[in-house]
Amino acid sequence: MSLTLLYVQTLNGLQLGVLLFLIAAGLTLVFGVMDFINLAHGVQYMIGAYLTAMFTAMTGNFFLGLAMALPSALIFGLLLEFLIFRHLYQRDHLDQVLATFGIILTLNQAVKVIWGAAPLSVPIPDVLNGSIKLMDGLLYPVYRLAIIGSGLAIAVLLGILVAKTRIGMLVRAGAANAPMVSALGVDIGKLFMIVFGFGAMLAGFAGAMVAPILSVEPGMGDNLLILTFVVIVIGGIGSIRGAFVAAILVGLVDTLGRSFGPGLLRAVMDPSAASQTGRALAPMLIYILMAAVLFFRPAGLFPAKK
Amino acid sequence: MTPDLGPSQRGLIAREVIPFVLFAAFAVIPLAAAFGAESYLLSLVTRVMIFAIAAISLDLILGYGALVSFGHAAFLGIGAYAVGMLGAHGIKDAAVQLPAALGAAAVFALITGALSLRTKGVYFIMITLAFGQMAFFLAVSLAAYGGDDGMTLSGRTKLLGVDWIKKDRHFYYVTLGLLIAVYVLCRSLVVSRFGRVIRGARENPQRMEAIGFSLFRYQLAIYVIAGTLCGLAGFLLANQTEFVSPAYMTWQRSGDLIVMVVLGGLGSLHGAVIGAAAFLLLEEWLSGFTEHWKLIFGPFLVLVVLFARGGLMGALERLGLKGGSK
Repeated sequence: MSLTLLYVQTLNGLQLGVLLFLIAAGLTLVFGVMDFINLAHGVQYMIGAYLTAMFTAMTGNFFLGLAMALPSALIFGLLLEFLIFRHLYQRDHLDQVLATFGIILTLNQAVKVIWGAAPLSVPIPDVLNGSIKLMDGLLYPVYRLAIIGSGLAIAVLLGILVAKTRIGMLVRAGAANAPMVSALGVDIGKLFMIVFGFGAMLAGFAGAMVAPILSVEPGMGDNLLILTFVVIVIGGIGSIRGAFVAAILVGLVDTLGRSFGPGLLRAVMDPSAASQTGRALAPMLIYILMAAVLFFRPAGLFPAKK
Repeated sequence: MTPDLGPSQRGLIAREVIPFVLFAAFAVIPLAAAFGAESYLLSLVTRVMIFAIAAISLDLILGYGALVSFGHAAFLGIGAYAVGMLGAHGIKDAAVQLPAALGAAAVFALITGALSLRTKGVYFIMITLAFGQMAFFLAVSLAAYGGDDGMTLSGRTKLLGVDWIKKDRHFYYVTLGLLIAVYVLCRSLVVSRFGRVIRGARENPQRMEAIGFSLFRYQLAIYVIAGTLCGLAGFLLANQTEFVSPAYMTWQRSGDLIVMVVLGGLGSLHGAVIGAAAFLLLEEWLSGFTEHWKLIFGPFLVLVVLFARGGLMGALERLGLKGGSK
């Protein structure tokens, strides 16, 4: 029984990790290439979820909705880049923090005005509905497996893209030393727009994928964004590999810590104190993990800059 | 501003006249309030002064140290929770509560600061944000102290058994006194040798290290001082609202504090007071029009960043200079 629970929670942790990776991938490159801190990246995730909810309701089909939401999320991201972010690259971090904070306030509120404050729900598509028997006594929803699968597939594709293609090479070079890449004649502005748009679309995709299993509501991206920051700090800014390892790590530690932490503590203290401490400690685990990583490796596990 | 003022005289005006006018205005507001909606005005301005203390403390690290801390609201929450948690156990005297609030904030600042200050730039922003969020989640998980919903205090803090701030008017003047004390303390701090080292680290850290200063120690010290002073603001906030909840330390609140400091102008201390007043009054005013006031405030913030560098004070100075050069 407990072993089954362990498997289920591991899968849940993996699912959270995959989502975190989808959001962190774009963000870490944006940080790495342009040294630009974008707090509004979580908004892309929210926009992805809302657009999927809207288009799914319009077309009556989740996959059609997803197919329409992705390009819309991309266009929205590029529009923000063109109108606002572009003017902030040369500013200091404080200006970037403030402006993107303003964007969060605006868009969270705008979403509330357009779609209402009540959470929207998106039905799980019929093909992916139901549960599958992974082993004796272990049923797991197909849709969640689909999230894990598609997330891992994108991670692999992204890994190949960054490691093997010319554009990937430029992105890596940009993360390591942007002025040098620019001096070699690469249009760093254009490169960045591609990275930014791609990152926005990945975050939008993450939002679209969770729309059927979470409630779609204003501000849904904010808390996830901070988890993403933890991921990027642990993984090292500008590193896709670091983002992947750290995302899975954070996803697993957070999920397993919450479900098993109090139980483990019960072995060393009395039950009521254990459940109290466990519940207080579990949400802090990933931050403690981050602090530990920082203590030994201040630039993260896989820093892009030497 | 007359054009024949030298820069040193203009600096004098900024440093001595503006704060004096500000605090004098705070001092006479209760007199004016007696003719009108007293309790509303008193509670609004008390709130402004409490957030002014928090904003001044943030200005120490943000304006003078150029350390963009995005977790400052955690100290506000810690100060408030010290009041709430001790109060829940029947300890309601400021002689215990105040040292506890300041001490808890200082310890949290010491630990998180020591870790965060090992990093720079974007990392520092993200780490302070994460530690702030950690404090938030810890407060949410404190089921015994209200968890997500927070808890109502059974009354304001006493001082050695005396109801010193039970009346709003008394509380107002205590807050004003503490605000002035914090301002004077911070002013003397930034002009001291210690403050000059901090400012030097802002301008050119490599050179300061080369001269032989261990910047980490100085920055950690200012971080702890700022956190402690913000804990004082938290102590006052809990007493004013007689309510404590995790909402005091959301990361949006940390963002609000940064906005206050930048609106008023970085690194001037009294700018933080003006910024806190401007922010809270703007919030009050806009939310009177529409519940969607953030739809106005958000774009306003983006425009301020894009077009009005140096905040409100910067804009005023530019206007003043233009007027002077005519």
